[in-house]
Amino acid sequence: MEGSLNQAEGVRAAQVRVALPYHLRNLARVDGDVFVEVAVPVTVRAVLDALEARYPMLRGTVRDYETGQRRAFLRFFACSEDWSLASPDAELPEAVAAGKEPLLILGAIAGG
Amino acid sequence: MSSVRVLVGTRKGAFVLTSDGKRKDWTVSGPFFAGWEIYHMKGSEADPNRIYVSQTSGWFGQLIQRSDDGGKTWHQPGMPDEAVPPPGPPTALPNRFAYDTSSETGKPLTTHQWYDGTQHPWEFKRVWHVEPSLADPDTVYAGVEDAALFRSTDGGENWQELSGLRGHGTGPQWSPGAGGMGLHTIALDSTNPKRIYIAISAAGAFRTDDGGATWKPINKGLVSNFMPKPDAEVGHCVHHVAMHRSRPEVLFMQKHWDVMRSDDAGENWREVSGNLPTDFGFVIDVHAHEPETLYVVPIKSDSEHFPIEGKLRVYRSRTGGNEWEPLARGLPEKDCYVNVLRDAMAVDTLDQCGVYFGTTGGQVYASADAGDSWTPIVHDLPAVLSVEVQTLN
Repeated sequence: MEGSLNQAEGVRAAQVRVALPYHLRNLARVDGDVFVEVAVPVTVRAVLDALEARYPMLRGTVRDYETGQRRAFLRFFACSEDWSLASPDAELPEAVAAGKEPLLILGAIAGG
Repeated sequence: MSSVRVLVGTRKGAFVLTSDGKRKDWTVSGPFFAGWEIYHMKGSEADPNRIYVSQTSGWFGQLIQRSDDGGKTWHQPGMPDEAVPPPGPPTALPNRFAYDTSSETGKPLTTHQWYDGTQHPWEFKRVWHVEPSLADPDTVYAGVEDAALFRSTDGGENWQELSGLRGHGTGPQWSPGAGGMGLHTIALDSTNPKRIYIAISAAGAFRTDDGGATWKPINKGLVSNFMPKPDAEVGHCVHHVAMHRSRPEVLFMQKHWDVMRSDDAGENWREVSGNLPTDFGFVIDVHAHEPETLYVVPIKSDSEHFPIEGKLRVYRSRTGGNEWEPLARGLPEKDCYVNVLRDAMAVDTLDQCGVYFGTTGGQVYASADAGDSWTPIVHDLPAVLSVEVQTLN
């Protein structure tokens, strides 16, 4: 697993790119993808923890406040694979940990 | 010179409509929070620049937004403005509405009746209504679905449930209507800060006299023929409750069917539908200066949520109910099949009382002459969920 040594914390951390859906980019007041520092191993839970710490206005929008569960109409993708139903503690692909590929957070289409 | 600011919540964002005291020429600002459902937004009387907003989404859940400058800019309460938040856990959780649990067992406080008659746990879905304190801009109440009342005393940064409402005993008999089990009405008594009225679909009306610690149902006199026991203590589908500031013990209610009145703080209700062409509807409001002048918008039925014969009409009573007159000047006289939802009517407090309402067709109508004539401020907004007015001096 790649990752740089975070001198302050003394732990290995990765710069992970996260692609947010339109409305969450607006809430976070960012124009494009965001980068968050995530302690390795890089998992969905670790990425979301880091995302919410960096952008507290997103707390509760991706995961339910009380249960911590993924919101029903959001999905997680990485390296063209659906990680939505995987364990949040499963290690994401190395390309994500290396910042080469983003973790995508997508909203389900509304249909109709 | 006085002016008015109309706060409009819609299915796809918030809009702020402003005019001077003549209420002829309007400026439309928005959409704010474009693409989000804005169930309700309301300004503080203690500080008119303070406005609270319920912003919600089926994808992203519930957010609370706040303006401290009269709607020019917005932020989630307590969210740091700086690019990088300070280290450590956040002190503000403005979007967290956590139901209280039993202090004795730690388990859920109660359950409610589900559609099939079984008991069901409370599940938070959204904030239907925000009600700022009359005296303190940092104190605000939120009525939520599944039905409960929350209060913030720090400007919306953190919320605590007033769980005496759910826990007073009748909670297991409450049940959701087709639109969910929402606490949609919060009426504050201007003469007694410890007295609050709330209403829930489909449970009924409730009152606290001790600032929210204890509650009692106030539904005596309500009759709902769809219920096994039509005059039961709870279970009534109350759509909205209104009062005049000067007489907080006099309440007016638009129930699923029936327009009702109470002269004793909800202890007893009597029907005042009188000569209305239909007494189904959602909104009800009271003239700002005439406590016996009421407004409703009759809707054909609970099966057909639009005006009778395609004619949109407000009905006004100057006698506290029973005797009603149609107000049609300026409103569509044909082919109008919109609805007016429960929080989508408001009045201003200018000398000549202004009345406003919004429709599911995206129109917001204004009357600068207490309902005698109407003019659309906007024609084509998304479906209007709520309308509130601030009178600014």
